[in-house]
Amino acid sequence: MPGSEAQTLAHDQELAGLDLLELAVDAGESRGRRLWRSTWPKVAALVLGIGFWQVVVWSGWRPEFALAPPRAAWNDLWEYLEEGTLTTALGITMRRAAVGFALAIVIGTIVGSLVARIRPLRAAVGSLITGLQTMPSIAWFPLAILIFKLSEQAILFVVVLGAAPSIANGLIAGADTIPPILLRAGRVLGARGLAAYRYVILPASLPSFVGGLKQGWAFAWRSLMAGELLVVLRGKESVGFLLNQNREVNNSSGLLATMIVILVIGIVVDSVLFGTLERAIRRRWGLLDAAR
Amino acid sequence: MNDPRTTDADVGDAPATTVPSVPPGRLPAVALRGVSKVYGGGRTAVAAVDHIDLDVAPGELVCLVGASGCGKSTLLNLIAGLDRPTTGRIDVEGRTALMFQDAALFPWLTTASNIELALKLRKVPKAERRPRVESLLRTVHLESFADKRPHELSGGMRQRVALARAFAQDADVLLMDEPFGALDAMTRDILHDELESLWRDRSFTIVFVTHNVREAARLADRIVVLSSRPGRVTAMFDVDVDRPRRIESPEVSEIAATVTSQLREEVRRHARQ
Repeated sequence: MPGSEAQTLAHDQELAGLDLLELAVDAGESRGRRLWRSTWPKVAALVLGIGFWQVVVWSGWRPEFALAPPRAAWNDLWEYLEEGTLTTALGITMRRAAVGFALAIVIGTIVGSLVARIRPLRAAVGSLITGLQTMPSIAWFPLAILIFKLSEQAILFVVVLGAAPSIANGLIAGADTIPPILLRAGRVLGARGLAAYRYVILPASLPSFVGGLKQGWAFAWRSLMAGELLVVLRGKESVGFLLNQNREVNNSSGLLATMIVILVIGIVVDSVLFGTLERAIRRRWGLLDAAR
Repeated sequence: MNDPRTTDADVGDAPATTVPSVPPGRLPAVALRGVSKVYGGGRTAVAAVDHIDLDVAPGELVCLVGASGCGKSTLLNLIAGLDRPTTGRIDVEGRTALMFQDAALFPWLTTASNIELALKLRKVPKAERRPRVESLLRTVHLESFADKRPHELSGGMRQRVALARAFAQDADVLLMDEPFGALDAMTRDILHDELESLWRDRSFTIVFVTHNVREAARLADRIVVLSSRPGRVTAMFDVDVDRPRRIESPEVSEIAATVTSQLREEVRRHARQ
């Protein structure tokens, strides 16, 4: 029947036309421009901060052995790099951070998935996890030292305790905020039990989970620094060891150089690693504001 | 006038009682017998649907219409097996798929992966999934949008992906819960054409819930009117209009008018109680 064929064709064209009309127009900004727009405020803040530091030094508020000028800290930083002191210290510290954080991810994910979906477990330990999250990790060290003595395990123990609750909480919050319609859609498609976890609940919790990882990293990094100051092990010249050593010899410039390194690592991991991951996920999901 | 059993020829002469239009010797695709669903208990118990008897023939397109609180969605959930009836029996021949007003696509998956997931969860082997997804995408005319994510599609396109995903379940009975309710009139019209042409060979059955009487008249073989609080079947109308139909045709409008007056009577009855 030619009439019906013509109608089908018209219908297909209508559909295609509507599809094209309704799609959002992508008015992209150039990469360079975007980079500049996000970079210049950071550079300005850095210049301002260093300027303030220099002004305080010039004011003669404290002698130079207590508060060194930026220039001296910069020189010490170069020296550390050239001697290889910094490389060694970072090697030891970052290995501890990586092992502790990896362990925290495993534990946090397992605990988080169990607590998120099992009601009695949630009632039993849900608020305990939040409590652990707010507990200053340095408060764990006396116990950790009694149990594990002055050892790598003592540091690891506290790093894991610092980071795991945040990671678990991120997953729990993610599972709590899944739109019910997605859970229903999953059930309609036949996702039950473990399949529901794998194909619906875990992927749907991902943005919140990455938020938890980010926070967990911040806690892990703090705990690690506290640990390296308290638990000083022979032959382990870590970043924390550098801090202690510089304080003991009144070397303010070396101390400040080390602190800058600690700060930079924190920022790089937080914003470069997790920030990029978070943005990539948000873009994929369409959660990013198009104007940004 | 308000008795649907005595309306004119266009509307047909289906009785308002049970069991219509299933040819002898064939099982109905969906059979409901005395189905009730009560939420809560004791003095606060609320009957969402009450003693519903309904048969849907294989390949039939039945629209359920009713005012708010008629338990339309509850009924679909019961047929889909997402919920159990308090009393009564529900028999479904074959598998069901359910579509909602929200497309409910997974935002972390592309169009193609959303459809593929339905196949994966049915344990369709990997080698078979790719070609199936491609053919389903062609079915809903979205083959060039396979790699887009849901947020990059329009509401109407998302609903078509949801339709393709429902087809991927190889369902014998497609349950649709106001699937086009959130779309603009133009898109809805086009999707009516789309749905009608996909269902043309009547290889599956559709139970379509809507509060839009015109939409029901446009699509249905039969319109089932439900009362509100509790939901009961109060009238049925056979729609004997040739396909493909147009929503603005006089025949469709006339049926819509008849069903609307029946629904209004229903609403007035509530005001008098």
